[in-house]
Amino acid sequence: MTTTAPPVLASAPERAIPPAPGRTARLLRVLIAPKTLIVAAVAGITGYLALVPLLYLFYGTFFDESGFTLGGFQRAYSANGIGQLISNSVLFAIGAAALSLVVGTALAYLNVRTDVSFKPLFFAASMIPLIIPGILYTVAWIFLASPDIGLLNKILEPVFGPGVFDVFTIWGMIWVEGLHLSPIVFLLMVAAFRSMDPSLEESALMSGATRWATFRKITVPLVRPAIVASILIMAVRSLESFEVPVLLGLQDGIYVFTSRIYFVLRSYPPDLAAAGALAGGLLVVAVLGVLLSSRVGKNSKSFQTVTGKGFRPRPMELGKWRPLAGVLIVGYFLMTVVAPLAVLLYTSLLKFYVAPSVEAVKTMGLDNYRELAGLSQAGTALKNSLILGLGTATLVMFLMAIAAWIVVRSKVRGRGVIDQLSFVPLVIPGLVLGLALSFVYLRSPVPIYGTIFILLIAYVTRYMPYGMRYVVTSMQQIGAELEESAQVCGASWWQTFRRVLLPLLTPGLLAGWVYILVVSFRELSSSILLYSPGNEVLSILIFEQFENGQFTVLAALGVVMVLTLVVLVIIAYKLGAKVGLKQD
Amino acid sequence: MLTIDNLVKTFTADNRTRKQAKAAKADGSAESARVFAVDDISFEVAEGELFTLLGPSGCGKTTTLRSIAGLEKPDSGHITVDGRVVFSGSDGQRTVNTPANERGLGMVFQSYAIWPHMSVFDNVAFPLQVCKRAKRLNKSDIADKVGRVLEVMELGHLSDRQATKLSGGQQQRLALARAIVTQPPLLLLDEPLSNLDAKLRESLRFELKRLQKDLGITSIYVTHDQVEALSLSSRIAVMSEGKVMQLGKPREIYTNPNSRFVAEFIGTSNFLNGTVSVNDGTVVTVDTTEGRLRVHSSAAVPVGSEVIVSIRPEAVEIAESSAGGVVANEWSGEVVTRSFLGDSVDHIVKVGKTEVRNRSNPTISVPPGTSVFLRMDPDKLTLVPVN
Repeated sequence: MTTTAPPVLASAPERAIPPAPGRTARLLRVLIAPKTLIVAAVAGITGYLALVPLLYLFYGTFFDESGFTLGGFQRAYSANGIGQLISNSVLFAIGAAALSLVVGTALAYLNVRTDVSFKPLFFAASMIPLIIPGILYTVAWIFLASPDIGLLNKILEPVFGPGVFDVFTIWGMIWVEGLHLSPIVFLLMVAAFRSMDPSLEESALMSGATRWATFRKITVPLVRPAIVASILIMAVRSLESFEVPVLLGLQDGIYVFTSRIYFVLRSYPPDLAAAGALAGGLLVVAVLGVLLSSRVGKNSKSFQTVTGKGFRPRPMELGKWRPLAGVLIVGYFLMTVVAPLAVLLYTSLLKFYVAPSVEAVKTMGLDNYRELAGLSQAGTALKNSLILGLGTATLVMFLMAIAAWIVVRSKVRGRGVIDQLSFVPLVIPGLVLGLALSFVYLRSPVPIYGTIFILLIAYVTRYMPYGMRYVVTSMQQIGAELEESAQVCGASWWQTFRRVLLPLLTPGLLAGWVYILVVSFRELSSSILLYSPGNEVLSILIFEQFENGQFTVLAALGVVMVLTLVVLVIIAYKLGAKVGLKQD
Repeated sequence: MLTIDNLVKTFTADNRTRKQAKAAKADGSAESARVFAVDDISFEVAEGELFTLLGPSGCGKTTTLRSIAGLEKPDSGHITVDGRVVFSGSDGQRTVNTPANERGLGMVFQSYAIWPHMSVFDNVAFPLQVCKRAKRLNKSDIADKVGRVLEVMELGHLSDRQATKLSGGQQQRLALARAIVTQPPLLLLDEPLSNLDAKLRESLRFELKRLQKDLGITSIYVTHDQVEALSLSSRIAVMSEGKVMQLGKPREIYTNPNSRFVAEFIGTSNFLNGTVSVNDGTVVTVDTTEGRLRVHSSAAVPVGSEVIVSIRPEAVEIAESSAGGVVANEWSGEVVTRSFLGDSVDHIVKVGKTEVRNRSNPTISVPPGTSVFLRMDPDKLTLVPVN
């Protein structure tokens, strides 16, 4: 560079602006640069999606035509049986969390640390929460363990008399929710056990401790942070659970927060303020749970020790216990995977639900599927679900790619706020989000309420945190110098983003995209308060069929939904999304 | 104290695909699917010895140690500790296999395996607290014993500290304290110094040696560091690919390696191939491509056989003028490079087509390009058989 001429690089806008006010011009140039605009837009959208529903929820709960009021709270919390509601909620949340913790932890220990047989079954079972949505899982358990028609009850009737199991009790609710959550605990605990240096256990054995003493005094205390985090997360998830309390609890008037909110909104006239007050209570509990579990996660770092160069865990030999463990695994697999899927398939082939018998088998046919094909609603619902899934996944990943860039790479002031905003929806229960959004768009002049767009907004808000996590993780793995070298080569910010960062991020983006597609495809708890007739999605249609008592058509619809989800999950898995346990 | 007979341990080769494994099974070569980690090893360790298993990674030294500990199940062989058979088996049939927690041995792991959720005191007290109820000491005796061991390890003042708050060297001493608190008949050490920085490693090496002598505790030490092995051990077993290549005292192994592998693995060496031309029972004369070498050796190598002469760099003397036929082995060459190492100077000298490394006192330094004479004392040369 020998040129002494004034910088030729000076851009057109600078020349257009009179030279005098140097500072303002520079500021203006920065402000209208595409980078600033894009960053501002993304930050704005994230903030809008995360905060506006909460503000409206707050407003709708505390204000009516006459101004500030606590009437909603009064009505909600002085209603008959509120004590029962709270104790039910606590029992349900703690019970389901405890059940899932015991089952999930035991399975994880067996899988990672022992030579137990049937290891591939673990992998299959860990996919269950993804491919069988809560609503179908709950319905399947009604088919299995309802006192009147339950398959298990019919099978056991000759031995124990009628109605041994009753799924319509708080214990039935705990059982179904706990089993449905157990694979998630399993995945969390597998990670915890895998990251533990096995020589910590081996040195206890060398000290003369028995296997049991080693497990009790070394293994459990070392994974305690993971255990505490799991139980908190599962308790929050059970509190937020919608399907199980509504489908199982409302039958006999066993209310928890979510089913109460739904009930209050369904009665006429719907008491929005009271629902808001209940939702507020639920939200506070959820936030506390999430904050507590992230605190535990931080503390667990102090447990890290010096580790050797890479350890190869040696599986513990179970010896004479191996057959017993094998039987338990098979039993768990039958119970959580085979039985629910089989009973759905079986029911879908019947004209009306009866316990299996020779006559029942004779009446089997594909009538329900034929009916489904003729049902215009079904086609619309499947189409809506797919469109919403694709739209949500694409929008979320696009927005979060930019948001993640701001957080991870840029030095924009206040980028931490964007990070936190994008995680806010994580603590909002689906039902509460649905309620909050209906507060927003019932008042909004833009005609969004009653269209499919309100569902899109709800899904994008709900799954924003997942998208963010996928992108941030993959972005952190890409060295900053790759981008810097592109800049040194003369690429603009947008060129760098599009030509360097985006291609490198593709695997992570794709994995997140498919994951969000899968979870949006089956969303129920937000949709239930936001859909309008004619705009049903698949899970809503299933819910409607349930309310109409059309179990056989519902089962057929469920089979279609599970098959679609299986295909989507297989694609996700092929793309390397961490949606289950990778088999080793 | 410890006897190991014909120990064998195989692993299935994990890196083969399922298809390959199936194919191997189909044509009956299933046997080849097994990889020998330990291939028929036998040795004996006497009371009070510090016996080292030395070898590159993957040579089977750690597997051997873990088999003694009971953390790995050998396929066959016998392991006897202190007159007690702890493992005995052949062809996959295990007649005796005492579980690790009943063998009563002490072990220090490479990662130390300090329990992060316990204090220093609790870590050391653990082995005393979990032993069989009949043998268990009461609380104050445990406290006494732990206190004493911590004092010996100079950790007494840290007794209440969280174990993870210790420095690397302190954690290492804590692991050792925990391993010896029950006064085990045998102490197993799995690369205990490899996680420390060089300076600390050296000081702890001396400390370990002193402690082992003072306590008189029989120890098996696994390492890949030849300096550690040479300076610590009573005896060394050099291992490669699951076999013991040479077993002997450190000096013996250093000065008299029995194979090219051992000579190469322990220290540096110049290797010259040649043919035996004369063998009179005390001096063997070898003709190499670069000249004749006389080696003091009583090896029964017949005339005409191929051998390798191993010459340690410090056995090569460098001189600027010829001694004129007075000395046994003198070659002329030209200095190619030299490098100053602080306590010594290395020269690479080109003799014909071969480069010979010399190591001398730092006062001797010859610039590259100088013609020099190399003298090699026949006493300091070793004959190594061609494999």
